[in-house]
Amino acid sequence: MNLNYLEFEQPIAEMEAKIEELRNVGSDNDINISEELARLEEKCTSMTESIFSKLTPWQVSQLARHPLRPYTLDYIEHMFSDFEELHGDRMFADDAAIVGGVARLDGRPVMVIGHQKGRDTKEKVRRNFGMPRPEGYRKAQRLMEMAERFKMPVLTFIDTPGAYPGVDAEERGQSEAIARNLRVMSDLKTPIICTVIGEGGSGGALAVGVGDQVSMLQYSTYSVISPEGCASILWKSADKAEEAAAAMGITSNRLKELGLIDEVIDEPLGAAHRNLEMMAYTLKLSIKKALAEFDEMELEQLIERRYQRLMGYGNFKSE
Amino acid sequence: MSWFEKLIPEKIKTEASKKRSIPEGLWTKCDACNQILYRAELERSIGVCPKCDHHSRIGARRRLESFLDEEPRMELAADVEPIDILKFRDSKKYKDRITQSQKNTGEKDALVVMMGQVNAIPLVAMAFEFRFMGGSMGSVVGERFVQAANASLEYNIPLVCFSASGGARMQEALFSLMQMAKTSAVLAKLRERGIPFVSVLTDPTMGGVSASLAMLGDVNIAEPKALIGFAGPRVIQQTVRETLPVGFQRSEFLVEHGAVDFIADRRDMRDRVSSLLAILTARPSHSDQISIPLVPNEASN
Repeated sequence: MNLNYLEFEQPIAEMEAKIEELRNVGSDNDINISEELARLEEKCTSMTESIFSKLTPWQVSQLARHPLRPYTLDYIEHMFSDFEELHGDRMFADDAAIVGGVARLDGRPVMVIGHQKGRDTKEKVRRNFGMPRPEGYRKAQRLMEMAERFKMPVLTFIDTPGAYPGVDAEERGQSEAIARNLRVMSDLKTPIICTVIGEGGSGGALAVGVGDQVSMLQYSTYSVISPEGCASILWKSADKAEEAAAAMGITSNRLKELGLIDEVIDEPLGAAHRNLEMMAYTLKLSIKKALAEFDEMELEQLIERRYQRLMGYGNFKSE
Repeated sequence: MSWFEKLIPEKIKTEASKKRSIPEGLWTKCDACNQILYRAELERSIGVCPKCDHHSRIGARRRLESFLDEEPRMELAADVEPIDILKFRDSKKYKDRITQSQKNTGEKDALVVMMGQVNAIPLVAMAFEFRFMGGSMGSVVGERFVQAANASLEYNIPLVCFSASGGARMQEALFSLMQMAKTSAVLAKLRERGIPFVSVLTDPTMGGVSASLAMLGDVNIAEPKALIGFAGPRVIQQTVRETLPVGFQRSEFLVEHGAVDFIADRRDMRDRVSSLLAILTARPSHSDQISIPLVPNEASN
């Protein structure tokens, strides 16, 4: 079993291993195996297509947390130039679970902010598994207000299991830090574009997720609570995570249908991690298109539009 | 088992051994100090134990009734009612949970809004009904909150919210999360216009409600010993795997760490909030206050 593949991806992993093996054999011998290789590769592609065409919400939530899933810094590297990371909330500390800084998007100055997870164990711990503490949100707020002053659009990348549930985080006002970001983002006088790139976990995600355009990568998720958390509270058992994932409607397509997000950004075949370059390129196009649209608007009009969007959230009946 | 219980046959025993509860009536017991209390006296002290000052949870209407002047009072946004567009179902259908809660509480949802006065200061006040699905915030709570804030903006009068909530309503999934953004955004408008928002955090105020509207008061007030925080103590315990400090996430802890301005006894709430509002709106002290009629503000939309 290949640990870099999820359970439902194992047939793909096996097929790819077979192709790799054949390729090695081929380079050792004179036998012409290119025909066989092409046949296998085609088969692999159509198998991948077939598996990915009928993913359950639970499988999507596993993809959103895939060990090879690209993180914020991967996108920053592939989409921007002149990135300078800016650290610290100026009050207490620098939170490595949120990264941010100035950069250029095809020459244009922008402020980039996103959750950051770690790849290996050491890095995972340093990044606190992408779960920010109050100082992370306060750093984000500082950078957003700076972007406002210097008339740069804010681009956020969302990828967190949620805000950190810890004693220190509570002591330093986790609730207040999140709440304040929501308020600040609601009338920040510069365009804000938010993209969920992996896990959109609850208030910890929303705290950098209020904007003029909210998009999701195809296999990312966005929810009020993790499927496991929802299951353990409502079903009294974390084993029901699969059911909870389905009931909550956490996938990009479902949330687009419900009008909760603006755009689903298609991922390459086999998901973002199979082709980071292509993913970064598609994401960049989407962001540039949105920016161009917002550039056409007066700032006041943009803020009013954002406000009306926020006021429009919800389903209820009234006379 | 006593010798008498051993003697009587099974059938009869089941009836007799049922745990006897104190009948609804004249007497009640304090949850904190176990003292037997005269119900009318507890009612008079708005659910605060006269013996140990324990603040028990009270309903939204009782709260507003005890806080506002008797006249005038007008309920707002009562026509906003819940619907279940996701057809959400866990062990029970969300639709049935709504119906059940409506029956149990007599409320349509978990927030009650009223326009009125406190010591003759006109304001919009609202209170969460914790018995309605744990005071959870879904679309109706969000919308009612916004309508309350809009009334504040329209009449240029302060906004006061008594929160008591477990957080976002999971049965409304991402719609409930978005209520955090919605309620915070309308508070930005009040802030811009210089209209005071006083947030009173009562037991318990957690999760999505704490991490949005409840922490955004110009002044945050807590009732004594209320549980207030973002993550629940059980979740934190499971994450950090160590015993939590004594008094963790209680009002006194929040004052100590700078998250709330002060703790107020429920019996003093009217006077302390009205005095505060009088100062923030540059009115004379309420002892020499006269009632000012409500006039819609032309500057607002």
